[in-house]
Amino acid sequence: MAKGLPKSFKKALWVYHCNSGSCNGCDIEIIAALCPRYDVERFGIRLVGSPRHADVLLVTGPVTRQMVDKVKRVYEQMPDPKAVICVGNCGNTGDVFYESYNLVGPISNIIPVDVHVVGCPPRPEAIINAVAKAWVKLETLEAEKR
Amino acid sequence: MKKKESVKTTTKTTYQIPIGPIHPALKEPVMFEFEIDGERIIDVDVSLGHVHRGIEWAGMQRNPVQILYLAERICGICSYSHPIAFARAVENACDIEVPERAEYLRVIHGELERICSHILWAGVAAHEIGFDTVLFLTWEMREKALDLTEYLTGNRVTKAIIMIGGVRRDITSDMVPKVQETLKYFKDNFEKLRHIFLDDKTVRLRSQGCGVLTYDDALKLCAIGPTTRASGVKKDVRVDQAYAAYGDLDIDYMTPDVLTGEVNGDVYDRIIVRLLEVKQSIDLIEQCLDKMPSGDILSEPKIPKLLARVKKTAGEGIGRHEAPRGEVIHYVKFDGENDNPYTWKARAPTYNNILPWIPMLKGEQIADIPIVAASTDPCISCTNRVTIVDNDKNSRYILNREELHRMSIEKTRRLMK
Ligand code: SF4
Repeated sequence: MAKGLPKSFKKALWVYHCNSGSCNGCDIEIIAALCPRYDVERFGIRLVGSPRHADVLLVTGPVTRQMVDKVKRVYEQMPDPKAVICVGNCGNTGDVFYESYNLVGPISNIIPVDVHVVGCPPRPEAIINAVAKAWVKLETLEAEKR
Repeated sequence: MKKKESVKTTTKTTYQIPIGPIHPALKEPVMFEFEIDGERIIDVDVSLGHVHRGIEWAGMQRNPVQILYLAERICGICSYSHPIAFARAVENACDIEVPERAEYLRVIHGELERICSHILWAGVAAHEIGFDTVLFLTWEMREKALDLTEYLTGNRVTKAIIMIGGVRRDITSDMVPKVQETLKYFKDNFEKLRHIFLDDKTVRLRSQGCGVLTYDDALKLCAIGPTTRASGVKKDVRVDQAYAAYGDLDIDYMTPDVLTGEVNGDVYDRIIVRLLEVKQSIDLIEQCLDKMPSGDILSEPKIPKLLARVKKTAGEGIGRHEAPRGEVIHYVKFDGENDNPYTWKARAPTYNNILPWIPMLKGEQIADIPIVAASTDPCISCTNRVTIVDNDKNSRYILNREELHRMSIEKTRRLMK
């Protein structure tokens, strides 16, 4: 687990997953992280159905023109403090689609990204590591508030 | 597809619940409009295009070897089917021979992807009817298939195994035991899957007689893959065109009557077809391991030489492949001066399998939408959100996927009582 994490977490971490036009590769690896082999639910990490319940936003995909306002809206709907993780090369840099006419990404042009996960797709281990890093950020933010 | 006017004539009321146009799980952005009367669906409309990344256009600026990586990223679940269809199109255009051993290796990787994809689908289908235990069970099995994929190709999801004129990596004799071990694992667990999906009361109640696609409709709407075979249409590129090594292998159309003796074309039949195909794929891989000749795996290992050949080609080519969801076709045209294609067109199986949703869903209940839509294994996946147009109350409101999922679970509970 990432450095800086306290031994016990103050709360469970709820994650919302948003697909901004990805190829599905990253999305299935995120689900794989939730399934028995990697089983992140044992750490209290859970996928939720609404951004309003989430602490962390996982964004995949290079953000197509049709999805820009939707990604922004999802981000705005999340309560503070929040963290954003960009999963996969295509959200980070555009990857193989970089020159396409229909892309507005990378995601960091649209919403602030806290953790970048590289790989096309990254392995579930890398995604779990990123979520743990986002956790550190959230715990720090919480501590500052108090 | 559907008359937009009927939507426009209804007035919007306070029933609008616009929750997130994007949504979780493996689903990709896509939108449906359903017209319903009480609980019954009268009409369906689908709108697509949220995932348009301009891949074909980008491909026209690159050479065929670079395009292989692009083709792989059309879809992460069919990350083998698109590159092989593209490579076959280029080989067809440039008259490139593929060594025999490579043809067998291509079959092995193709069938491994089919096993992976069908097991993944079985989990998603179980999730749609509220059977999450099975989702976890199947995904655990899927990890085994991914382990083998990683062992053979070096990657879990995007495999980068196909090369124009062959494959990149061989399966050497010391790798064979690991392959056989995994196949044995699948055979041992197959019975468990079969029992859950075919004998379980819950699954039967929800899938039998639901989402029927008739033989005629399947032909008329050009449905492909397991969706059409479940309606009794004998259509399978692997048998019809016998490309790669399929001509040497023992393979036949998998229709539900192989197991049950009858064809109903409902969701249950689509489950049967996919399960039979998992078994068939295991068998095909075993046959390949037995019969595989020795020899080269790539006809032209020097990439500059390959590209020079492509550059000299003026002509067009077509590549077909039976992907897990149905036939995928790639078309390329070269102008004889550049090594980037003049045109590149890809047709994914889901395009054909979306129109059949309309006859499948008409007359069904709202709670059946998730499982019926999932039963065709859509690649631009499933129910993004649903607009309900209620004819009685003349009102229109939007259901998001969680509510749909909840309704689906409630229906399962009702039926079990
Ligand atoms: S990073 Fe790669 S695998 Fe992930 S969504 Fe993008 S193209 Fe697909």
